Amino acid sequence: MFDLYRRLRRRLRGREARADGGVVNEGDASEAGPIGRASAALDRRFGSDFVESSPFWLPPFLLMALFVYGAIIWNLLISLTDYQGFANAPDYSQLDFEMYTRALSDSGFIDAAVNTLVLLVAFTGITLAVGLLLAILVDRGIRFENGFRTVYLLPMSLSFVVTAQFWLWMYNYNNGIVNLSIGTFGLGPVNWLGNQDIVLWAVVFALMWQFSGYAMVVYLAGLRAIPSAHYEAAQVDGASALKMYWRVIIPQLKGATISAAVVLMVFGLKAFDFLYSLVGGYRPPNGADILATKMVREAYANLNWSYGAAIAIVLFLMALAVIGPYLVYEYRRDNL
Amino acid sequence: MSDARTGGNTTSRADRLVRAAEKLTVERVLLYVVLLGMASFYLIPIESGLVTSIKTSTAVIETVPFAPPGPSGFTLQKWQQAVDALLFGMGNSMLYAVPATILSAFIGSITAYGLTMPTWKQAYKAPLIALIVAGIFIPYQAVLVPLTQFWAQYVQLGQLLGPLWALGISNDYAGIIELVVTHVAYGIPICTLLFRTYYKTMSKEMIESARLEGATLRRVYRRIVFPLSGPMFAVVLIYQFTQIWNDLLFTLVLVSTESSPAAPVVLILAGLGTSLEGQDFALRMAGAFLAALPTLAVYIFFGDEFAEGVAA
Repeated sequence: MFDLYRRLRRRLRGREARADGGVVNEGDASEAGPIGRASAALDRRFGSDFVESSPFWLPPFLLMALFVYGAIIWNLLISLTDYQGFANAPDYSQLDFEMYTRALSDSGFIDAAVNTLVLLVAFTGITLAVGLLLAILVDRGIRFENGFRTVYLLPMSLSFVVTAQFWLWMYNYNNGIVNLSIGTFGLGPVNWLGNQDIVLWAVVFALMWQFSGYAMVVYLAGLRAIPSAHYEAAQVDGASALKMYWRVIIPQLKGATISAAVVLMVFGLKAFDFLYSLVGGYRPPNGADILATKMVREAYANLNWSYGAAIAIVLFLMALAVIGPYLVYEYRRDNL
Repeated sequence: MSDARTGGNTTSRADRLVRAAEKLTVERVLLYVVLLGMASFYLIPIESGLVTSIKTSTAVIETVPFAPPGPSGFTLQKWQQAVDALLFGMGNSMLYAVPATILSAFIGSITAYGLTMPTWKQAYKAPLIALIVAGIFIPYQAVLVPLTQFWAQYVQLGQLLGPLWALGISNDYAGIIELVVTHVAYGIPICTLLFRTYYKTMSKEMIESARLEGATLRRVYRRIVFPLSGPMFAVVLIYQFTQIWNDLLFTLVLVSTESSPAAPVVLILAGLGTSLEGQDFALRMAGAFLAALPTLAVYIFFGDEFAEGVAA
């Protein structure tokens, strides 16, 4: 059986396997079998190692493409159906945009979309600013630099599920540290998670706590890449430290800012885990509902599958608006 | 002679002290005050969680959150409770996190190798790589409903693995296998990207000469590239393990209930310590630390590699 397979393979490939696992070409391509000829043609088109390298990247690529892009297209299809409730599978015979018009007339959806945008912009902006300040401070030739860096990065090693527990305790109305510390200034107490005008900012602050260390690491690498001559030139010109950073150093951190911002926005889009763990359920505190939580709630708690799928498509388009330009930017710089 | 040398040493030491004191300007002191202040900002939520987890319920209410408990307020009972509640879930998490981590690291390595080392046209490679990189950033909500459909309607592991359940294993464990496959599939983009950045800097000469001597791509990978990938494997394994261990969304969708025997630790933790009487914060904190223990251990032992992976 195995021998038959080997002979068949040899015929088809027009090649002979060597005992040590190497392969030698047998004669010209003209004498090779049909697959050999096809592979030679492919190699001519795509490059000399194309066919031989394909077993390495093609199966993983297909698996990834099925789960990522196949699923997104499938999701788009489901969002066009009326799939809901306990039915096993959607009915694909009738497709329309009903779910999208429903979303536009759903005030909960509009609120969630606005909250998502506010969360993304505020979280990314504040985290970048804190990270940059930290990076500038750490870069001033301090002692115990590694120690400080480790401490600043520590929250990032924790998961949203865990940090949500910590911040639930920090924001506790009667005994939380946040209320205790503003109490020493005669302020508060504030119901951080119960007041729907504040809760989103409380979440932004907690997320900033978790990821500003990451922004610092990226900025630190960016600062170290700037030649010291630039600092010296600015100092010779008599510029103050503040002016030097604003005019000379920060403009050169564009690349670091872009890559950190993209990653932070992706973390922001994944804030679902944090909000879910904060309340231990699908319904986040009033005023902190974002598209990610609304999508999962509609689909898995209310069984409005196709409505959830439609919200997911909106969320995906928002992510695409961030990542698309970034990928084009990286492609132009030949960084892919 | 020896006296003179000691004398010289003391003056230089004194010199150094003087110089250090001169450097210690007001600005310098302020810098360290700010740095230490920020360090406590990052540590206080964690520290207060830790001390709260070893307090009795009365001590939780009566003492300041970040102060350690007095001898009368100290108890390990909450940790005991957390271990009882979470230990099995941690076992379940290990069951999918370890195989999924190893598989996705290995697959990421061969994918990156196939897309980096062999010579074929960049014009065709670049779109493939762009598609893979874009896969890192998609919000997983966009694939959840199809994912549920895929596992519930098309690949019904619960039925395919019938013989396993006959052995007395709960068929909820089909969810664990689904989690492995799912995490591997969605882990391919980031693992490939990490390995690719590493392989791009690897010396091409050795590989080219091996190729000229007729070595196959498989042989080059096995003999040259794989043995040299050690450092990057460390980064990717750490990163993937943390990601998979911490992920809540997929476990919520694929395993669904925290009462299931196959429930992973994150799922149980999200609902731990909440009851009608209110929230048991000491228990929640103990549970949070227990669940974070594996990733914290990884962070403390491999902190530098973690920072490297984060920056990449």
